[in-house]
Amino acid sequence: MNLQDLQIVAPELIVLIMACSLLMLDLFLSPQRRGILHLVSILTMALAAIITLRGHPALEATGTVMAFADTVIRDGMGDLLKVFAYLIMIFVFVYSRHYLKQFNMYRGEFYSLAMFALLGAMVLISAANLITVYLGLELMALSLYAMVALKRDDRRATEAAMKYFILGSMASGFLLYGMSMVYGATGSLQISEISLAAAQQGSDSMILVFGLIFMVVAMAFKFGLVPFHMWVPDLYEGAPAPVVLFISSMPKLAAFAMAIRLLQDGLSSLHHDWQGMLIVVAVLSIVLGNLAALAQQNIKRMLAYSTISHMGFVMFGLLSGTAAGFGASMFYVITYALMSAGAFGVVIFMSGKGIEAEKLSDYKGLNQRNPWFAAMFAALMLSMAGIPVFVGFFAKWLVIQAVVDAGLIWLALLAVVFSVIGGYYYLRVIKIMYFDKAKDEAPIQAPSDFRAVLSVNALLMVVLGIFSAPLIAACMAVF
Amino acid sequence: MITLTHYLTLGAILLCLSVAGIFLNRKNIIILLMSIELMLLAANMNFIAFSRFLGNPDGQVFVFFILTVAAAEAAIGLAILVVLFRNRNSINVADLDDLKG
Repeated sequence: MNLQDLQIVAPELIVLIMACSLLMLDLFLSPQRRGILHLVSILTMALAAIITLRGHPALEATGTVMAFADTVIRDGMGDLLKVFAYLIMIFVFVYSRHYLKQFNMYRGEFYSLAMFALLGAMVLISAANLITVYLGLELMALSLYAMVALKRDDRRATEAAMKYFILGSMASGFLLYGMSMVYGATGSLQISEISLAAAQQGSDSMILVFGLIFMVVAMAFKFGLVPFHMWVPDLYEGAPAPVVLFISSMPKLAAFAMAIRLLQDGLSSLHHDWQGMLIVVAVLSIVLGNLAALAQQNIKRMLAYSTISHMGFVMFGLLSGTAAGFGASMFYVITYALMSAGAFGVVIFMSGKGIEAEKLSDYKGLNQRNPWFAAMFAALMLSMAGIPVFVGFFAKWLVIQAVVDAGLIWLALLAVVFSVIGGYYYLRVIKIMYFDKAKDEAPIQAPSDFRAVLSVNALLMVVLGIFSAPLIAACMAVF
Repeated sequence: MITLTHYLTLGAILLCLSVAGIFLNRKNIIILLMSIELMLLAANMNFIAFSRFLGNPDGQVFVFFILTVAAAEAAIGLAILVVLFRNRNSINVADLDDLKG
């Protein structure tokens, strides 16, 4: 380890130092002054973004830099994902503060756990060695388990935490078992060396393919893909809204990076094998996710099934195995994380007086109560449905194009049919907001910073849709 | 002579036991936590066996990391179990049914 290594991981270091400092700071602050923690967290994200965007001299020359005996890699993909992770963290902090105050959960732990989860995600995004992948994943997952259980007196939240913990740990166990097989077959934990050794052995090595199967299963668990999705709806329904907002957005970026690191960087020579597995989980996710979402009366549960189907779409770009496909997937996962943050922002916006607005009927007549935010929510829903002009359309279009280029026309047709079916439940929310009569005409109270950030988040769906070229180009350029 | 295959078979048996423990057990959440630990140990067994037979120490280093993380994971799991018990006075798996799933 030397100073150059530390310079390469400067963004991670800032987040680590601030996560520890927040934990300490919380001890010395009186409960009335917790706002300081909130401000410090947001400033840290801004600082980390500046440091990440400043880049690294070697990064411009070669595109990638390695640190700490080649266990950490910094490249364009990692930096882009991290910048969006910071942006989403700012959304999360601003939205959740309002909720945490109302539900008597406004404590320092939320901020430090969120920061540690972000640190885990950053380590995972930058992993160049199986040990780093595992450590980053676990740091993120353990922080998330604790966050779900943050509402200690709530029966449903603790049950959700337990289910999430059991299934998440099982996924980690599978991942490790798969890694041990890959290690045995290739003799290395270094992803670049695994790639070389795997290229020599190809699909003939039973033990390598066996390891790959376990790793794909673990990844499917982490993404929440069918048939490993059982935890997603329960977690979304049971956990407090700010935690769901967090889990549904930022970790998806990290899961995407993990898939790229392991499947593309490590085992691209087995592309034929993992393509088949990803096709199966992608098809099942899109079919089951969209059909099950139709039947939901609980908006958090509906959004959970919608996440499952969206993650199926993310798999489309990955399974094509081309640079354009990976770029399309990355664009999809980034825009999905932003959409999901906004959608749960609205759920928090509607919650109050100790009641979470989780039933679809709670959204009746939102247009009469608050026309501006009804329009914002409509924009988010239309974007999720993939209606043109909104960014969700371009994301879907790119991943479908990727599978068409890979020669899987039937898959593209299936995706189009099921996104039309999926359109129904997004439009149903809009119908409820605009055409049903409100039960409660009272205007909705929310602080002005929350309103401003939520508006920006929803308007991003339109802005990124109309001016989608720069972000698409940035995503394509890193592969 | 004990060969690599023997160790891998042991690892596979441990993995099967732990998966069976997670899916067949309908009684006690603590047994689930034990099964998860067992699954990590199955992976450790593989890592050490491969490491020994490949003559490469990286796998043993990984095992140390796994053991450390497993301790943290057990701590979080038991902490969640304690809050769960306080809310329900039961740690029966079949009682975890407020969320239909």
